[in-house]
Parts: sequence; structure tokens; C-alpha cells
Amino acid sequence: MHPETVHITSYRTHLWILITLLALTFVTITVTWIDLSALTVLVALVIASVKAYLVLTNFMHLKFESSLFRVFIGMVLAIYVLVILFTLSDYLFR
Amino acid sequence: MTEQKRHQPEPSYLVDTGKYKGLMAWLTSTDHKRIGLMYMYAMMVFFSVGGLLGVLMRIELFYPGQQFYGPQVYNGLFTIHGIIMIFTVVIPGLAAVFGNFSMPIMIGAKDVAFPRLNLFSFYLYVLGAIIALSSQFMGNGPPDTGWTFYAPYSIQTHTNVVAAVFGAFVLGFSSILTGLNFIVTMHRMRAPGMTFFKMPLFPWSLYATAWIQVLATPIVGITLLMIIAERWFRIGFFDPSLGGDPVLYQHLFWIYSHPAVYIMILPAMGVITEIIPVFAQKRIFGYKAIAISSMAIALVGYFVWAHHMYTSGMSTTARWVFSLLTFLVAVPSAIKVFNWVATMYKGSISVKPPFLFALGFIFLFMIGGMTGLSLGALATNIHVHDTAYVVAHFHYIVFGGVGFAFFAAVYYWYPKMFGRMYNFKMANWSFVFLFTGFNLLYFPQFIIGIMGMPRRYFDYLPQFTLGQQISFFGAILLAIGFIIMLITLFSKKGAKAPDNPWGGTTFEWRIPSPPPLENFEVMPEMGLNEGPYDYK
Amino acid sequence: MEHRDDIGAKLGMWVFIFTEILLFGGLFLVYAIMRSSYSNEFHQAAHHLNAFIGTINTVVLLVSSATVAMSITAVQKGNRRLAVILLFITLLCAAVFMVNKYFEWGHKIHIGLYPGSDLMVSLSHGQVMFFSLYFFMTGLHMFHLVVGGIILTIAMVKVQSGTINADRYVLLENGGLYWHLVDLIWIFLFPLLYLIT
Repeated sequence: MHPETVHITSYRTHLWILITLLALTFVTITVTWIDLSALTVLVALVIASVKAYLVLTNFMHLKFESSLFRVFIGMVLAIYVLVILFTLSDYLFR
Repeated sequence: MTEQKRHQPEPSYLVDTGKYKGLMAWLTSTDHKRIGLMYMYAMMVFFSVGGLLGVLMRIELFYPGQQFYGPQVYNGLFTIHGIIMIFTVVIPGLAAVFGNFSMPIMIGAKDVAFPRLNLFSFYLYVLGAIIALSSQFMGNGPPDTGWTFYAPYSIQTHTNVVAAVFGAFVLGFSSILTGLNFIVTMHRMRAPGMTFFKMPLFPWSLYATAWIQVLATPIVGITLLMIIAERWFRIGFFDPSLGGDPVLYQHLFWIYSHPAVYIMILPAMGVITEIIPVFAQKRIFGYKAIAISSMAIALVGYFVWAHHMYTSGMSTTARWVFSLLTFLVAVPSAIKVFNWVATMYKGSISVKPPFLFALGFIFLFMIGGMTGLSLGALATNIHVHDTAYVVAHFHYIVFGGVGFAFFAAVYYWYPKMFGRMYNFKMANWSFVFLFTGFNLLYFPQFIIGIMGMPRRYFDYLPQFTLGQQISFFGAILLAIGFIIMLITLFSKKGAKAPDNPWGGTTFEWRIPSPPPLENFEVMPEMGLNEGPYDYK
Repeated sequence: MEHRDDIGAKLGMWVFIFTEILLFGGLFLVYAIMRSSYSNEFHQAAHHLNAFIGTINTVVLLVSSATVAMSITAVQKGNRRLAVILLFITLLCAAVFMVNKYFEWGHKIHIGLYPGSDLMVSLSHGQVMFFSLYFFMTGLHMFHLVVGGIILTIAMVKVQSGTINADRYVLLENGGLYWHLVDLIWIFLFPLLYLIT
């Protein structure tokens, strides 16, 4: 029952991911110094999503798991986004 | 499948083989069959208590005006009645009892994926129930908010809301872990050859249920924690005087609590789907449609929550969106009813107790579902919102639907559980009493609801008296029916049950009754051209 | 215990992570609604948070996530010593995070800014919501951090004793997944609470 192919991620890859994540953190902080008014939150969320994507695929190993795991997380996130949208259909149109 | 060798039968799961004997052997058992039975016994106790509380309410409502207890006691009664019935009986309901007992056998597994986690969720269930019930005896009296704990009242009332809310939180956690266990079980432990589309339909319904349990319950979990934090620390999310929004509470609460209705009803539909082909002695009609409709109900059912809130001051846009989705979710439910009826068509029907209850389920579920549509329509909802009509509607679904399916399942799997038959005549009488009593109890509530009887009132205008009194007699008949059922099942041992008393085709009927501890002596396989409902 | 299913165990962990995501999802939903109602006040209130401490904690958590991931690599390669060291660094990071949080919360509580305090009640509605969300979300996050720390401590002991080894390490993987979840949540909490000034 052992996983058929065990993928071992190298230390180097992990380090590069970490450096990218730290760089993105730096970017998201710098961006707040620029006044983008309405876009601020959007930019912050986009950068956070990129970071989350890196953590999910690499640190959490989704890249190398069976596609079932990716389908599931996609489904869960889609449901959550729909929940937010449907709730906003109340708040944005009051 | 080859026949079992019978010369040296394995001891059944009911025989203690571990290091403990008696009660301890049960309480420490990680066997899915024993855990299922423990859930069943616990649930029957809670159901009896909840039912008794219901009868107490009906006594108060027999005449207009105050009879025995005042409004505060009545508020406490319907609150704890709701908490017990919803959180400890129908939400774990069929999934915890029959999902545990039958599902692993039906998919050809020895147990669930995480047996110890399974026992842990049972203990969380017991713990949550105890905490919720402790609210009655501690602090400043029983909570009086209704089982919905609507803010801002739930953060203002001086009654013991925190215990009830925390109990519900723990029960929710138990439900999540059961769902998690079932998802992994069905993904990883199906018999060789059993693809997802060869899995019997009761496991399919549990699969859909498990996803709702996993994805909806945490939302109410966090909401209940917020209620506790509001009461202890005044965080103010739902408190208008601090800038919070009570309607937001209703959103968060129903994001779980509407899908929770599908947590209750989907396994019920699954059981009915098992029972009908067995007693019609035909293959199920529209296997794939039923399997997919379970998933469709789970998915669409996730997005209909705000139809509980049409009168709360939501935006018009949200109201029509949710009304539309509500009508959509009726479609897969109707597909199932259509398939059940089509399965019975030209079948060679043998009317035995499980089948009677299944028929009762379809009848009551239809009424519950249809009245649900009239509640989901924007205009009629305004008229009947928060009236006895709503009470009648959801009792037709969660009692007429889930309850009768539960009884059907007990009568269906009882021979497998205990290796004994029961008295069919008595069982039929229990059906007559339960069915008549149920309709007498709840149908008048539709009528007085439309006439304007509000729900959750201990007093009423004289014109509702007749309806309330018919309901009272219905409640008595219902209670008698339940007692007859308990006597039928547990009074004396019946004749020894054969392995396959009904002529079922799923795996559980191919092993001894009661099953051995490990379920199968030879692990089953499903042939290439074999389906779950191939009748010979 | 002849039955063993590592993929099943991981699937179970992932499903549990989904429930955690939706648990915090409920809070993020509250955040979204409150922010859309009190946009300006959220801006003002966020000024009172110390973005420097927030940044330090972000860096610390990211590093700890990387070390957990690397410790799995170390176990897979059979390098027990390195795996233990990496897990120890992770736990150290967790401790730094907690100490920072202690000072951050301690300061706020010292000046009387906590849910239910007189100062808090006297603030504008939007600011009350912001600080309530701040305390609730970071509080719940901290609880998860502690739980994750306990799981990883157990994993570290088992790596040391050899129970977790190159052949059998699903417990460490699952502990790691949980730890990354803690990190993931912080990735969203940090900009939404600290950086919207």
C-alpha cells in the first residue's frame, strides 16, 4: 500500500520557494505605501493568493499528489467563493 | 461471490472477543457495527425525551390561554425540544447509525477508514449531548431562544445559552469527523471491482452527505463560537449597538443549517432507495440519475440558505436569487421520487414492514416537499412565515421524512443487526399508529398556520382550538405507535433470521446474520458485469 | 494493524483542512461584510496595528513552513539528525511568533483596548468591528498555532526515536500539512489586518 512513486522535493526547491514567498511579502508591504485607493485590497489579495498557491502546490505537495486532491481543493474554494458571492448579493444590493 | 463456508463460523460481532466483557466491551469497541448500534440506542433515548417534551407542549396548547406553565417554561420547552431533536437525533441520524452499521459492509470493507476516530466521534457526540442538556440544569435556567439562537436575543437573554451553544458546537465537531471518516472510507476501501458507479445508492447518499457535513458544519461552528464570544467579551459582530449586524448572524447560521436539512434527508433517501428495489424485486430504475441527484442536492442545497430570511430585510436581489435556487433544488429531489415510483411499477411487490414505512416516507416527504416550495416562493412566504405552517412543513420533512426512513431502516436491517426476526403483525400495527398519528398531529398545523397561528406561542386565539386539539390526539397516537415499535423490536427474541430474509442483493445480505466481527470471511469482489442491484 | 493506507491518511488530513478553511472562511466572510460597510474606519483602525511586528511574524511563519517541508525531505532521505534540527527550528519560530503576539496583545490590553473594554465601546462602530475581528481572528489563529506546535513536537520526538522514518512518515506529512494551513491563514490575515492603512 505504499505510494507508488514517492517524489522527494529537494532542499534547494524549498529554499527557492521560501525566497519567493519572502520577496512577495516584501512586495505586498511596499505596495501599501503607494496609494491605490480602491485597488489596495485587491492587490493585497492577489499577492496573498499567489503566496497561498505556492504554499499549496509546493510545501503542501499538491503538485505531486493524485489529481483527486487538486479537484477537491478546487471544489472547496469554488464553493467558498460562491458562498461569499451569494451573501454579497444581499449586502451589495440593500 | 462464492458461498460462505459454514462448518466453522466466525463468532458474530455481538459476542465479546476482546479483553473486556459486557458494557466495557461495547464502550471500547472500534467496530463500526457496534458503534452504529451505540448511536442507535443513544438516539432512541434522546428521541424519547424530545418526543416527551413535544407532548408536554401539546398539553399546554390543548386549550387557549395558560394551562400548566407560563410562556417562559414554554419557550424553554420548544428550545430544548429543537436542540435535542435537531442536533442529537436527526443530524447524526441515519448516517451515524446505518451509515456506520451498513455502509462499510455494503462497499465490501472490514471497517471504516479510521475506526478509532469513529469511536472518538461517538464520544464527542455523547459529550456534546451532555453539555447541551446540562444547559437545562445549570446557570440561569433553560435557554429560551429556540434552537436557532437568533442574535441579538441570544446575546441578551440571561438564560444559559452558552452551554447549549457549546454543546451544539461539540456535536457539530462529531458530525464533521464522521463525515471525514466516510469520505475516506468510500474513496479508499471499496471492494475490488466496485467503481463509484457500482456502489450501492445508500453509500452514494452518504457520500454526498459527508461532503455537506465536512463543508457546512465548520461555518456554524465558528458562528456558535462568535455567539459565545459575544456573550463573554462583547465582540459585537451581531450586536447593533456596537455596529454589528443581526442579519449577518442569520446568514451564517443558515449557511450551515439549511444544508443540515440535506445532511438529514439524503441518507433517508438513500435508505428508501435500498428498500424499494428489494421489496419490488426489481432493479432500481435510473441508478445513475439517483446517484447524481444526491450530489446535485448536496451542491445546490448548499446555496439556498437565505430562503429562511425573506422577511429579515434582505435585499430584493438576494431574495429572488435564493428563491430561484430553492426551486432548483426541488428538481433532483423530484427525480428521486420519480425513480422510486418507476422502480415499483410492474414490480412484484411484497408488502413487508420496511416497505410500508418506505411508502409512508414517500407520501409524507411529498407533502413536506411541496409545502416547502410554497414556502420558497417569495409572495406566499411573507404570508406564512413563522406560522404553524412552517412547523408542519419541517416536521413533515424531518419527522415524516427522516423519522419514517429511520424506522424503515431499523425494520430493514434489524434481522442483520441482531440475527433475529420480529413480529410482522406488530410492526404493521406500529406503522398504522405512527402514520395516522403523524398526519393527525401535523396536518392541522398547515391549516391553522394559513389561518394565522404563529409558531412558538404558548397561547392562541379561540379559532385555532379545534386544530390544536386534533394535533394533541395525533401526538398521543404517534407516541403509542412508537411504543408499539419499541415493544416489537426489543421485548422478546424472535425467530432466528436467515442471512438474507428479504432477498436483497447488496453485500450485507451475503454474509451471516449477525455478521462476524470482520464482516467477510472472504473479501468480496464485484464482477465486471455485476451491478449492485442485479436481481436473479 | 496490518492495514495501512498512507494516501487514505493524507486524504483524511486534507478533508480536515477543508473544514478548517471553512471555519476561518466564516470569519473572513464576516470581515468582508464588515469591511464593505465600514471601509474608512477599517483604514483608520488598521493604523493602530504594528505592521512591523506583523511583518516579522509573517517572515517567521514562512521560514517555519519551509523548515517543516524540508524536514520531510530530510526524513525521506534518511537524515534523521537534520530532520530533528529542522523541526526544532520550526518550533522555535512558533515560539518567536507567540512571544511577538504576547507583546502585541499585551500592549493593546495595557492601554485598555480589548473587546468589552470602556475604550473599545467608546470607539466608532467600524473600529469596534475591526478590533473585534482582529482579536477573534488572531486569537483563533494562535490557538491553531499551538495545536500545530503540539503535533509537530510529537512528530519531532517520533523522528528522534525512529518511529517516523524514511519508510513510514505520514504522521510528519500530516503534521506538516496542518502547519502549512496555519501559515496559509496567516498569509491572508496579515495583509487584511495590518496592511490596509
